[in-house]
Amino acid sequence: MRYGLLALAFISVALGGCSEGVLDPKGPIASAERLILFNSLGIMLAIVIPTILATLAVAFWFRASNWRASYQPDFIYSGRLELLVWSIPAMTVLLVGGVAWVGSHDLDPRKPIDSSVTPVTVQVVSLDWKWLFIYPEQGIASVNKLVVPVATPIKFELTSSSVMNSFFVPQLGSQIYTMSGMVTRLHLQADHLGTYPGLSAMFSGDGFSDMRFTVDAVSDNRFAQWVRETHDTGPVLNAQSYADLAKPSKAIAPYTYRAVTADLFSGIVNTASAADDPSQSICSTSQRAER
Amino acid sequence: MNLLGKLDWNAIPLHEPIIMGATAFMVLIVVIVLGLITMKGAWLYLWREWITTVDHKRIGVMYIILALVMMLRGFSDAIMMRAQQAVAAGGAQGYLPPEHFDQIFSAHGTIMIFFMAMPFVVGVMNFAVPLQLGIRDVAFPTLNSVSFWLTASGALLINVSLAIGEFSKAGWTGYAPLSELQFSPGVGVDYYLWSLQISGLGTLLAGINFVTTILKMRAPGMGYMRMPVFCWTALATNLLIVAAFPVLTAVLAMLLLDRYLGFHFFTLDGQGNQMLYANLFWVWGHPEVYILILPAFGIFSEVIATFSGKPLFGYRSMVAATMAICVLSFLVWLHHFFTMGASANVNGFFGVMTMIIAVPTGVKVFNWLFTMYGGRVRFSVPVLWSVGFMVTFVIGGMTGVLMAVPPADFQLHNSLFLVAHFHNVIIGGVVFGLMAGYNYWFPKAFGFKLDERWGKASFWCWFTGFYLAFMPLYLLGLMGMTRRMQHYADLSWQPWLQLAMVGTVIILAGIVCQVVQLVVSIRNRDKLRDLTGDPWNARTLEWATASPPPAWNFAFQPKVAGTDAFWSSKRAKQEKPVAAREYEPIEMPKNSATGFVTAFFAVLIGFAMIWHIWWMASLGVFGAFATLLAFAFRRRSEIEVPAEQIARFERAHQAGATA
Repeated sequence: MRYGLLALAFISVALGGCSEGVLDPKGPIASAERLILFNSLGIMLAIVIPTILATLAVAFWFRASNWRASYQPDFIYSGRLELLVWSIPAMTVLLVGGVAWVGSHDLDPRKPIDSSVTPVTVQVVSLDWKWLFIYPEQGIASVNKLVVPVATPIKFELTSSSVMNSFFVPQLGSQIYTMSGMVTRLHLQADHLGTYPGLSAMFSGDGFSDMRFTVDAVSDNRFAQWVRETHDTGPVLNAQSYADLAKPSKAIAPYTYRAVTADLFSGIVNTASAADDPSQSICSTSQRAER
Repeated sequence: MNLLGKLDWNAIPLHEPIIMGATAFMVLIVVIVLGLITMKGAWLYLWREWITTVDHKRIGVMYIILALVMMLRGFSDAIMMRAQQAVAAGGAQGYLPPEHFDQIFSAHGTIMIFFMAMPFVVGVMNFAVPLQLGIRDVAFPTLNSVSFWLTASGALLINVSLAIGEFSKAGWTGYAPLSELQFSPGVGVDYYLWSLQISGLGTLLAGINFVTTILKMRAPGMGYMRMPVFCWTALATNLLIVAAFPVLTAVLAMLLLDRYLGFHFFTLDGQGNQMLYANLFWVWGHPEVYILILPAFGIFSEVIATFSGKPLFGYRSMVAATMAICVLSFLVWLHHFFTMGASANVNGFFGVMTMIIAVPTGVKVFNWLFTMYGGRVRFSVPVLWSVGFMVTFVIGGMTGVLMAVPPADFQLHNSLFLVAHFHNVIIGGVVFGLMAGYNYWFPKAFGFKLDERWGKASFWCWFTGFYLAFMPLYLLGLMGMTRRMQHYADLSWQPWLQLAMVGTVIILAGIVCQVVQLVVSIRNRDKLRDLTGDPWNARTLEWATASPPPAWNFAFQPKVAGTDAFWSSKRAKQEKPVAAREYEPIEMPKNSATGFVTAFFAVLIGFAMIWHIWWMASLGVFGAFATLLAFAFRRRSEIEVPAEQIARFERAHQAGATA
């Protein structure tokens, strides 16, 4: 365990200069995930470091030129040692496995964050190659820029207009895939004011490297003000302007939409899955046949 | 109608200086090699002794040569990517535009997995397994040659894509829908698909061949629990190949149907299901990881036991661990997409299953440690690779288990942490293992040892280079950098990427040392010659025969009475000399051009399908079928090696060994 702590200390020193990333969490999900990361790492380092040292020590001591080392060519089996070598990794896995099982339930992306504050819903669409954020409750939308109130749970509903992407804000926590015709769900929260980088973590084609966005975590007042200001300026997001937006383009500077057609998001999800009328009719025919 | 399908002069990227330079270089090397062969008048020799050979040892050597050549190709991709990411920070775009960078990382992954690691592993098994089992050849010698030439065909197609057309831009996993016609209309994905289909067929046939060989053809007395551990790992690997490769073939066939015949397996429309692609791909993809690493574990087991002057510690445990990994590897594939939105129970289950594989793997590490304990460890080159592996691999295993924790994976998935992890296990595990095996069995294959000093230099360059190149990637992953970025905005990432570039250059030095090692060893082959056939004082049957072994491997089929058969026979021989026996003629399989000709038609089919040249594809199918028919109706499949020839060879070997 001491080695584990030492190694952790070393890693934290190495990363001391870094202001971003998963080791500098700004919300409850990211903090919990960092804790799990450290716990699992600590448990494993407690056996990995001694193993590495023992390997080097045994190899060195039993080198052929060392005549002080005893030669035991018949040391090929020991029931006790066998028991030991199977149980050490088994115990470790038992511990880390427990962390994994409990952690994947506690931090299930679909699980709402426990909070007395009413969550804000954001609908996310990944396009070639930019991010669209729709605020259904506020009736506005933005491209490549996400503004969220601090200390408020954000309920994300995510889909894709074309290929698969992965929505990822390292400092806020979990990433999740966006897939056309499907909705994935994610709950995040920012606890501190600030601007955090976000990006796609799933390669999606030529413009992938520029699929970046920023997350502004602002105070409630500032958020309300931003919503009001957004309502005043910018284009309207309807089926037509969405079709324009969906055309491939790279490195788009952030901008906002003052209004969004109701149900645009479910329209995007359903267009993708409804483009298959013939097969659906085949499917329903066969279902009828079964009956 | 265009007789050449989609193919025209525009397919050659004349406006791309980097690609044209690489193509010119490749063509130059091919011309030089062909010229040298012609000058030395070696064509007939090559055709008779190598191209049409069905000797498992020579096929193994050809597999390894293919792997080493493709390693150079894959490594040049790697160094280009590292150079790009070392400069493309902030507003800079680097020297590779996205459409080129995307091809490079796709080609790097595809080549390194399918055309470097796989042929190397299959080549080492080809060379060593029949010798270790004490038999004269594999179960289906001609099929073995077909397997090799199909793998080589796939590799050829990948290299053709450099000069004619383009390669896939969808990554080595080729995730749909990005790899569908809608988003990848070019021929790149078709090159990817056809080269993998052709080489995948070769691999599947090799798998069937080796499972049959190991199950049915062991030397008399060699029960399962007397097989060398390398044969056990080879058995596990080939069982995995037989079970997993058909899944890859099927999923790639579905994508081919989507792309060629308008099917809707993974398309966005027509109720295609993109999640199915990821699912099926990794049903093959995760066992593939163990297909690669298990033979490496086997090599380490042989090397560590031999150079410690001891039998392997806990043989039965090792066998159990190997087979446990073989079974468990099919129950973990979902950890490749924890972030797809499955329920907590599903993610939790696959996370825990993944960790359970770490138990038998950990057991192996401890057993190697106890094998060295009480031994006399000679620090030859193979041992350096083995100890370097043990240290490096436990780190890679640890980061793997870390990512098997679903909430940790939510943060680390698709980041450079992941890239660092799988390079840590594939370089630190598979490549180190193959290098150990290469240095260990080279004297058996060619009759002289490899130069130790250059071998050690190569190891130290690879070892330090690996740590410098990949430890920074772990940090970058934690800093939030995802993989496959052509450029990035965050300037704080740049120093680490530059450090990784330095590491890659040191690995390059390691590769140069290896080339020098080979050249120096061939020059000094008389000094490095081994006449005994047993240069390492080893334990298994391959060392009981001459180096290089004759085509028939063993003049008399060995009789096995325990594990480490050769070791015990050496001990017994010291007590009483073996009585002289009469040599008898041996039936050996006849050389066959079937493999080479089939592969020629396979290349024709692949190339024609990629460019939609339908008449040529039909010709290829017809030709391949005719070749197989011709083989099926062959009159003679074996030749007899006269007893006189065997006796002459054995006398010469005995004289050399005792001199």
